[in-house]
Amino acid sequence: MIIEIGHYALVLALATGFLLSVLPLMGARRGDAALMAFAPVGSVVQFVLVAFAFGVLTWAYAVSDFSVLNVWDNSHSLMPMIYKVSGVWGNHEGSMLLWLLILTLFSAMVALFGRNLPDTLRATVLSVQAWITVAFLLFILLTSNPFLRLDPAPAEGQDLNPVLQDFGLAIHPPLLYLGYVGFSVCFSFAVAALIEGRIDAAWARWVRPWTLAAWTFLTAGIAMGSYWAYYELGWGGWWFWDPVENASFMPWLAGTALLHSALVMEKREALKIWTVLLAIMTFSLSLLGTFLVRSGVLTSVHAFATDPSRGIFILAILTFFIGGAFVLFAWRAPTLKSGGLFAPISREGALVLNNLILTVSTATVLTGTLYPLVLETLTGEKISVGAPFFNLTFGLLMIPLLLAVPFGPLLAWKRGDLLGALQRLYVAAGLALAAGFGLLYAQSGGPVVAALGLAIGFYLVFGALADLWYRANFGKLSFKVAFARLKGLPRSAFGTALAHLGLGVTVLGIVAVTTFQTEHVVEMRQGETAEAGGYTLLFDGMREAVGPNFTEERGHFTVSRGGVAIADVWSSKRLYTARRMPTTEAGILSFGASQLYVSLGDHMEDGGLVVRIWWKPFILCIWGGAVIMMIGGFVSLSDRRLRVGAPSRRAKLAKVALEPAE
Amino acid sequence: MSRRMTRKQKRLAVILGGMSFILVAVLLVMFAFSQSVAYFFMPSDLQKAAVQPGTRIRLGGLVEEGSVKRGAGSTVSFHVTDGGASVPVTYTGILPDLFREGQGVVTEGAFDGSHAFVADSVLAKHDENYMPKEVADGLKKKGVWKEGEGAKP
Repeated sequence: MIIEIGHYALVLALATGFLLSVLPLMGARRGDAALMAFAPVGSVVQFVLVAFAFGVLTWAYAVSDFSVLNVWDNSHSLMPMIYKVSGVWGNHEGSMLLWLLILTLFSAMVALFGRNLPDTLRATVLSVQAWITVAFLLFILLTSNPFLRLDPAPAEGQDLNPVLQDFGLAIHPPLLYLGYVGFSVCFSFAVAALIEGRIDAAWARWVRPWTLAAWTFLTAGIAMGSYWAYYELGWGGWWFWDPVENASFMPWLAGTALLHSALVMEKREALKIWTVLLAIMTFSLSLLGTFLVRSGVLTSVHAFATDPSRGIFILAILTFFIGGAFVLFAWRAPTLKSGGLFAPISREGALVLNNLILTVSTATVLTGTLYPLVLETLTGEKISVGAPFFNLTFGLLMIPLLLAVPFGPLLAWKRGDLLGALQRLYVAAGLALAAGFGLLYAQSGGPVVAALGLAIGFYLVFGALADLWYRANFGKLSFKVAFARLKGLPRSAFGTALAHLGLGVTVLGIVAVTTFQTEHVVEMRQGETAEAGGYTLLFDGMREAVGPNFTEERGHFTVSRGGVAIADVWSSKRLYTARRMPTTEAGILSFGASQLYVSLGDHMEDGGLVVRIWWKPFILCIWGGAVIMMIGGFVSLSDRRLRVGAPSRRAKLAKVALEPAE
Repeated sequence: MSRRMTRKQKRLAVILGGMSFILVAVLLVMFAFSQSVAYFFMPSDLQKAAVQPGTRIRLGGLVEEGSVKRGAGSTVSFHVTDGGASVPVTYTGILPDLFREGQGVVTEGAFDGSHAFVADSVLAKHDENYMPKEVADGLKKKGVWKEGEGAKP
């Protein structure tokens, strides 16, 4: 019965969504306060209804109610509770429901935190959000209903895909969706601005926190997904340029551009039309990602059961929203007053460069991702565009951006002093080069290009620190005064520095692991040893073990250095009984930021075992950098200036005046 | 750069700079496509159109029953078939968990001089029917595999 109530709640949410799509918008056009006032109430009601439906599905999973088709398909009574609950979104229907839950959550948050927005803008934004909600509610109710029943109810479930039975599933999708779907708010703000035909710096100030929040979660979601793929798949890789990964990476790139262009718009009232376009493009890429992942045009761990009608439905949603938004943009954008020009050498000039490079690289990734699909549709030819393509194009395009990053914060608004910025950065650049070559030497050599790559990473880190150093004026003022100034800097300055520093750490990790990693594929028998990264691994043999819903063969290795045993590693191959599906559970041992990664292969006829051992120096920097970027995002979000509802016009002016005038 | 540029000149400089960056990106993409795109073939396609040794391709099909042989170390050889033709493949490394005889596989690599295919990656991307999409489509076209046949093991 409770299942049917959950289903019914979704239908009620749809009805609310229909009202929300029309009434507040009408109210905003006619200046009818009562109709506009329905927007926040309706949005919260809608969120509560969807949250209830989601809660019902979660409950069905928690109690293993196999009379629900979706639960039977994707759960097993013996699974640990955490996988039962995270299994809710480990399938197509449930993950769409999570998508919807987060979408309505953002609508409700705009309703609750947007009290300082002009009434008409808030009403219009919430109406646009409701259009998206209605589209996805229809999609769920018509093609992907998670509440379908089975009669008679089977006694046991089909189990969750073993690859997904991992803690990663509990955090990766919710974080990713918070990012992906969070950009819907920017989209709705952009569409609302186009409908209203009015846009100003205040608009950018309202959009920035949502962009920042979405970007921060997306950063975390992508990093988590990458780490999960790294330890779960057993191939030792952390990024495969798989279309599914690109689907999440493109909104991230576009969102990063949006974050920076909104800044220009807020401070300088420039780039208005471009920012609106970018907001539309960012969410369009999120929708495109949803289409690629959910429609079954790609095969991957993310593509659950495929059904052509779903693909067509999502394609229709995609066409409607992207097409509609672009038509609206073409029609209304000329009516928006565009901002003035500015000097190329200035903070805003640097941010335009950032936008140029980021959008062009997004286009490159988009081309590489869609080209095989388009070619197959047009000619039937099947090609694959793999890592070499993306490494060459994206990798090269990123270099000028990375070099420019530290300049941005050091240049003043309006008219920057490039020479001055250079003078401030040459110490950072010199130190970075020294550190790059030093690290190369310490790791006993490698190509010069690698040292330059490492130097770019160090340069980003030192550049971010230099920014804070010069803002607080260390070196010129006494330490005490400078430290007090440092403490007085706005949090957004720390946010920027942390995000740029994190980027540098990630670059360092990527270059270091690509250059210095070693891979050893060896055939081992019990008692034999292998060497990797200066460590000796002694194979102690295999042991059988039984888990709740799997059996496994665990290989035990003793790791020693210089003859002294220092650690143990277990690496195993599992067989999940319900699906008869094998998985590899890599054994991973961390030494600082470096890792030893042991993955088991097949048994040989002569009793040996193929073992693959990687030494991955500094690999944790890749995700560590992402974590630092994420912290930067949150620090920036806590800045007074961005706190939604907090800043009055006067407080903001005072804040701007505090920024160093160079 | 001179500070005395007029508005028009500034605008022109910005637009030219942007355009040339985009041009570089387009050329880069075209170059990368010409270098690193791998076409997908099934064994009987190779009989129709020969592929030069050294050209990277993707070869997909079914792992022929009884063809998997383990050589020295972690080198494995097997045949990929689509019912029509069969191609010998060698691969050094650890095979994916789902690699089995009689089931779908996609390998990437190039032919050496002696008509043997040397794969440097064997892909483990499968749907729930243990069938890579490209292979399923290809087999369907050739009438070897029909919908629903790749049942769960």
